[in-house]
Amino acid sequence: MAVVQALRKTFTDLKSLVIGLGVTGKAFCRPTVTVIYPREEVDNLASFHGHVELAGKDDDPAVPRCVACGACAKACPSRCLTVLCPVAAKEDKAGGASVTMAPAPQKGVKTPGQFILDFSLCSLCGQCVRTCPVDSLRFSNDAYLVSFDRKDFQFDLIARLRRQAASPAAGGGLR
Amino acid sequence: MHAFDPTLLRGDRASVRFEPGPAEDKLILSMGPQHPSTHGVLRVMLELDGEYILRAEPILGYIHRMHEWMAEQRTYYQFMPNMGRVDYLQAMAWNWAYAGAVERLAGIEVPERAEYIRVIVAELNRISSHLVWWGAYLLDLGAFTPILYAFDDREVILDILQDVTGSRLTYSYFTFGGVYADVPADFAPRCLAFTQRMRSRLPMYRDLVTDNVILRGRCEGIGELSVDQARRYGATGPMLRGSGVASDTRRAEPYGVYDRLDFRIPVYPQGDAMARYLVRTDELETSCDIIDQAVAGLPDGPFAANAEDPEAPQGRSQLRRRGGSGENCRPRALRRQPQTLPGQAARAVLFQPERLLRIGQGRAAGRCRVHPGQP
Amino acid sequence: MNLELLLRLDYPLTRLIIGLLGVYAFVGINALVLVWVERKVAGHVQLRPGPLHVGPHGLLQTVLDAVKLMGKQLVAPAGSDKILFWTAPILAFTPVTVCFLPLPFDPHLAPIRMNLGLVLILAFSGLGTLSLYLAGWGSNNKWGLLGAARAVAQSLAYEVPLLLSVMAVAFTAGSLDLYEISARQGGWPWQWYGLKNPLAFFIFLVCAVAETNRAPFDLPEGESELTAGFHTEYSGMGFGLFFLAEYANMIIVSGVAAALFLGGWQGPFLPGAWWFLVKIYCILLFIIWLRWTYPRVRFDQLLNLSWKWLTPLALLDLALAVVVAGFGG
Repeated sequence: MAVVQALRKTFTDLKSLVIGLGVTGKAFCRPTVTVIYPREEVDNLASFHGHVELAGKDDDPAVPRCVACGACAKACPSRCLTVLCPVAAKEDKAGGASVTMAPAPQKGVKTPGQFILDFSLCSLCGQCVRTCPVDSLRFSNDAYLVSFDRKDFQFDLIARLRRQAASPAAGGGLR
Repeated sequence: MHAFDPTLLRGDRASVRFEPGPAEDKLILSMGPQHPSTHGVLRVMLELDGEYILRAEPILGYIHRMHEWMAEQRTYYQFMPNMGRVDYLQAMAWNWAYAGAVERLAGIEVPERAEYIRVIVAELNRISSHLVWWGAYLLDLGAFTPILYAFDDREVILDILQDVTGSRLTYSYFTFGGVYADVPADFAPRCLAFTQRMRSRLPMYRDLVTDNVILRGRCEGIGELSVDQARRYGATGPMLRGSGVASDTRRAEPYGVYDRLDFRIPVYPQGDAMARYLVRTDELETSCDIIDQAVAGLPDGPFAANAEDPEAPQGRSQLRRRGGSGENCRPRALRRQPQTLPGQAARAVLFQPERLLRIGQGRAAGRCRVHPGQP
Repeated sequence: MNLELLLRLDYPLTRLIIGLLGVYAFVGINALVLVWVERKVAGHVQLRPGPLHVGPHGLLQTVLDAVKLMGKQLVAPAGSDKILFWTAPILAFTPVTVCFLPLPFDPHLAPIRMNLGLVLILAFSGLGTLSLYLAGWGSNNKWGLLGAARAVAQSLAYEVPLLLSVMAVAFTAGSLDLYEISARQGGWPWQWYGLKNPLAFFIFLVCAVAETNRAPFDLPEGESELTAGFHTEYSGMGFGLFFLAEYANMIIVSGVAAALFLGGWQGPFLPGAWWFLVKIYCILLFIIWLRWTYPRVRFDQLLNLSWKWLTPLALLDLALAVVVAGFGG
């Protein structure tokens, strides 16, 4: 009986090998499932959370809603965001008032002068988006970011907003 | 060219300690973290007699990434993305562990819709993690194809979760009191379509791999872990269930809405690699069951509690007091206890993921003694 | 100039040189094509397209890969035995030349017609294993050493059933000349020795896959176990030669299988050489198919399979073949 069992086991084993070949053979005959970039692109990027960008005001899309409170910069775990406010410096000897940039928040300043995102540090956690009290930050869906230089990943978000307001189709990519 | 200096081969502290002198007839091999099968996290010093392994000594620590320290430098909210990186394949589960621990401490109530959403996305993430395990396991065994089939299935999950969270791998979707955002309208039908697809693929996986004689020869009888050994080493999850112990945190210490869901816990008594393999592949089906039930029972409501500026958790002083009395902790270990609460929560999560929720009940984070007789 | 006239010329040296040139050209082009075929088959089995961008449907991929490999720096690890290290890849390619000579592509297209062609092939296929061993030993690398040791044990183990199964066919045909064996079969499948002696065919195929170190028997190379086994320390053209040698060996064993078991050049409508190629490629596709389906066998299981299963079965088969040949012929 042990012989019969051994023979049966051998038969089942060999059958499992043939069935395995059948699975891969069938897969060979099926069409491929790959999306071959750059000939094709995926179609679900609308929901992708890319790097953050500023949202413009309803009446003036080139101006960010940001009130330069600095909460997003503080909330970021990786310190990617730099929000600078224009601060009037003391009058110099020539008599003209110069302006310097200082980190937000600054007393009496309600608009940001510079808003820089260092994307090489960002982990896309969304704490900045969540923390903003005026919903000024949102995720873009830029997935195709390529460069040879790390400096290209320091995004000037105010300039980006202005570009987007000027031509709504623009704004994607690094430039 | 410099002459070859044989003292360079003396090795580091671990290898010197393993074999102090030259061995006759035996090959000492440092199967280091850089190896296709150790995946950069395991190092084993081996003493080989030809193909037979006479001695094997693991050297651990290559996966230490200082998460507790990072937690000490950040606030509660800031630490959330780190939890996704602890186990990047099952980021939802680790997010949940951290969020759940802090919610228990701070007494934040999670609305029911959020609990159901958490269950669904966590189980989807579990399936995607198991698919990666399955593919990579077979890749290590020399089968190059199943990983691609697994990734084909996984793409569906990743697309669903991308529409929900915006990310595809390291989700930072949980927050204290619920989830970050609500699910889109087509979430429920897509999940159901996916579970249907997954169930139809499982027979193909069985045909190609599980029943394959070569795979069974590689896995059956290998790496046997007895029940006693599993308990003493503190094994959890499939390691424990593959040794015959029917213990699953979702049933034993239910969190979220798992106590309302009916699912089978796969248990196999053999304790070998095949048993653990079968536990994990059966868990794919179990997760499909859970998702089906949770999607069917998904209620309306808020997706997060309005826990703006919650009170600082009361557990801090409690934990310190408990730790300070030295209960179950040696004084030396006590001095190294992370002082900030995110750090302690992180430590509990990292070292005892199945017991982390006890932190809310005020017990010391570092308890590691397993009580005999506990399931 | 008429090709047949040239080939009928009674200058053996001319024939030999032409034959060698033809063999090198055939081996070179076929190895390139075979690499492309393998990558495409692998791709489609894995639901992806494989090489696609370099040339139409990726046809130029292998050519450019070869150019890339030739352009790479030749690095030998410190402490390696330079002579052995650099001899090994060249030695891997040498038996390919010799083993191609007896293959009968066509009644008029066998480079050398010899009455011991089978013995020549079996003798020189072992030389490839020597090159693996030199590579592993000369690398000054424990992974390479393990790969080399495995290669030797595996090759030794699978030579025996290979020989026995081939002997069974030789007894049935009554000759060791591949040309004779092919000529005694017919063009149709029921006239092939593969169907008259399926056990020998099966054993030969398994042994062929094991001799060429192809999955599921690719332990000497063992990518996920031994990093890269015997060729861990090779990059650039050294690796390229091992790579090409592996594919050339595959072509040889497929050629032998086609000649022994599938009727050689004989077939209905097309001239002989085309049928031979078709049969070779069918077997090659099958071997490639095996690679992308199965996980790797463990080493002791591999040796068990050979010594405890294939060798007794091959002996049995040989005995049966002898009896049948003795009583029938």
